[in-house]
Formats: sequence, structure tokens, C-alpha cells
Amino acid sequence: MGAQLRVYRQKIKSAQTTKKITRAMELISASRIQKAQARVAASTPYSRAITRAVSAVATYSNIEHVLTTEPEVINRAAVVIFASDRGLAGAFSSQVLREAEQLTELLRSQGKDVVYYLVGRKSLAYFSFRRRVSERSWTGGTDQPQFDTAQEIGEALLEAFLREADDGGVDEIHIVYNRFVSMVTQVPEVVRLLPLEVVEGEEAPEASAVLPLYEFEPEAETVLDALLPVYIESRIFNAMLQSAASEHASRQKAMKSASDNADKLIKDYTRLSNNARQTEITQQISEIVGGADALSSAKN
Amino acid sequence: MASAPLSVSVVSADQQVWSGEATMVVARTVEGEIGILAGHEPLLAILSSGEVRVTLADGTKVVAEAADGFLSVENDTITIVARKAALV
Repeated sequence: MGAQLRVYRQKIKSAQTTKKITRAMELISASRIQKAQARVAASTPYSRAITRAVSAVATYSNIEHVLTTEPEVINRAAVVIFASDRGLAGAFSSQVLREAEQLTELLRSQGKDVVYYLVGRKSLAYFSFRRRVSERSWTGGTDQPQFDTAQEIGEALLEAFLREADDGGVDEIHIVYNRFVSMVTQVPEVVRLLPLEVVEGEEAPEASAVLPLYEFEPEAETVLDALLPVYIESRIFNAMLQSAASEHASRQKAMKSASDNADKLIKDYTRLSNNARQTEITQQISEIVGGADALSSAKN
Repeated sequence: MASAPLSVSVVSADQQVWSGEATMVVARTVEGEIGILAGHEPLLAILSSGEVRVTLADGTKVVAEAADGFLSVENDTITIVARKAALV
């Protein structure tokens, strides 16, 4: 077998092995998207109920609450980045990191210091490679987020928010995550979590339902005290679930195109190797014919 | 009295635990037990952990365990929101 032919066969084999892996990953992600989407849907009633309750308290009571009032000067802002734990998911992590960088630039231009809270190993790797510091990070389980993690993140953020800025606290919190739009589209999105802007487009109460005058038990302030951390947790949990669904969709898409590319490579190399084989055969024939000719002409 | 039944939903952080129509809901708030019938004024209360009992129209009872949550009542719609909630 000619050297050229052997090289082509090796390449075909390697592309076939790669394809097996990418194909398996594609199928796994495809089966997990459904589940992730179902979890997003299942958590919606909770966040809707909480949002409604928060709007009710914030609208129908004149209490000034630290979480809802805009501080006069904002010196430090926290940015929470939701990336993935593993790669091979196309632009999933890089697009959310790019969005975070843009946000950082914007915040810096407004004269704010930026501190980072990272979720997912990929964002951590991005930061440590650039020798940049982050305040805290959580890794593991980004593809199947647990509510406990959301609770932990929520507590850490609230604690930083309630601390004075001179003490290392923050005045403002933003979250950056991939929002799951459809199987083919995931959009990186920036939301300001704190101070709270309760009226939000996507969860606005229906026009027909005018928010009623509520009776609070024990009193409005205590209810708000208890309600806001829960609201923040539910927003974070929602971001994590959206991010997880996006991660699976993004990975499925990336792995599908990888499998397609491997197919194309296999086809191309097969053609080339057939060509090489045919050339080899042709050459052998002409050598034999030439040899026979030479022998017969020598006899005469 | 119970002409307009209550529509009740019990939701936890990751799922809707129960929803349906009922005639009465009894829950434990931080200030004590509260029973809600149709026509109750709008209310937002903090729940202390404990049982939520929902009485259905045919008299059967659904009991759920809820911790860390809220109870909101408006227009005969009752939403019980808890971080952790489960039917008993």
C-alpha cells in the first residue's frame, strides 16, 4: 500500500472516531434540553407568584426599603456571570463573557468599580487565565442547577449589597446570563437585579387584574423584608435554569455541526484515498506492461 | 356561603405542587393560624413552616407541608408560595 493511501486511511479513521464522540454528545444534549426546558416551565408559577407579591407590596405601601431605593451615588457594582462548567458548547460561554465585558466597560465609564461573581468553571477559567480577580465563584452543576445553589448565591449577593461600599459592599448588582429563546436561539441578557426595578416587562400583571389593596400580616415592612430575598433567589434560580437550557441547546447545535463536518471530512478523504488507490493501480499496470514490453523486445 | 369557590394553587421553587378549587384554606402564618373562605379581603402573609389544609367542595382535605413561604389572597385566588412544599 502506498504511503499516501495509508495517510488518507488514517485520517478517515480519526474523523470517524471523532464523529462517534460528537454524535453521542449531540444525542445526550438533545435528550436533556427537554428536561431543562420543563424545569424552566415548572419554576415559572413560583417566580410569577413572587413577582406579583413583590409588586403588590411595593406599589401599595409607601415604605422605603433598602433593597428598592436607589442609592445616591453608586461606587461599586457587582456583576454575576452565568457560564457553563464544560466547553464544547459553541459560543455559549464566550458570548455571555463578551456581554459581561461590555457591561463592565459601560459601568467603568460611569465611574463605578466592578466586582465579579462567577458561576461555572468556564468563567472562572477565563478570569484566572487573565489573572483577574473575582469576589466569589461557584462551580459544578451548571447543567442541572439546584435551588440550594441559587439560595447560596442569593445570600452572598444580599450580604454584599447590605454591606457599606467602603466595607467592600456593592451598591448595584447585575446578572448576565443566556436566555433560552428557542432551540436555535439563545440570547445573552443583562438584568439589573438590585436595586429592584419591580415593574418588569416580561412578568407584568395582566391588564385586567388591577392589583388590589392588600392587608399585610404581620406588617408591610416585615413582609417586604422576607419577600425580597426570596424574589432575588427566584430570579437567580430562573437565570440558572435558563442558562442550563441554553447550554444544552447550544451544545447540541455545536455538536451537530461538528458531526456534519466530520461527515464531510470522511467523504473528502474517501474520495482522495480512492484516487490515490486508483493512481497506484494504474502505475502498477503501466509498470507491468512496460516490463513485459521490455522483456519481449529483448527476446527478439 | 361557598357559592364562589376559591381557586387555590400551591407552588414551590421548582414546581407547582397542587392547584384546584376549594371552599376553605387553613394555613399557619407567623401570627397564628388563619382560615380563608371565599370573599376574603386581599391579604399577603408570611407563613411559618407547617401544614396548609385545603378543604375541597366535596369535603375531602388536601394537606401540604410548606416551609419558608407566603400566602397571598386576592379575588378568591389563593396562592401559597413556598421554597419547599410537598403534599402530605
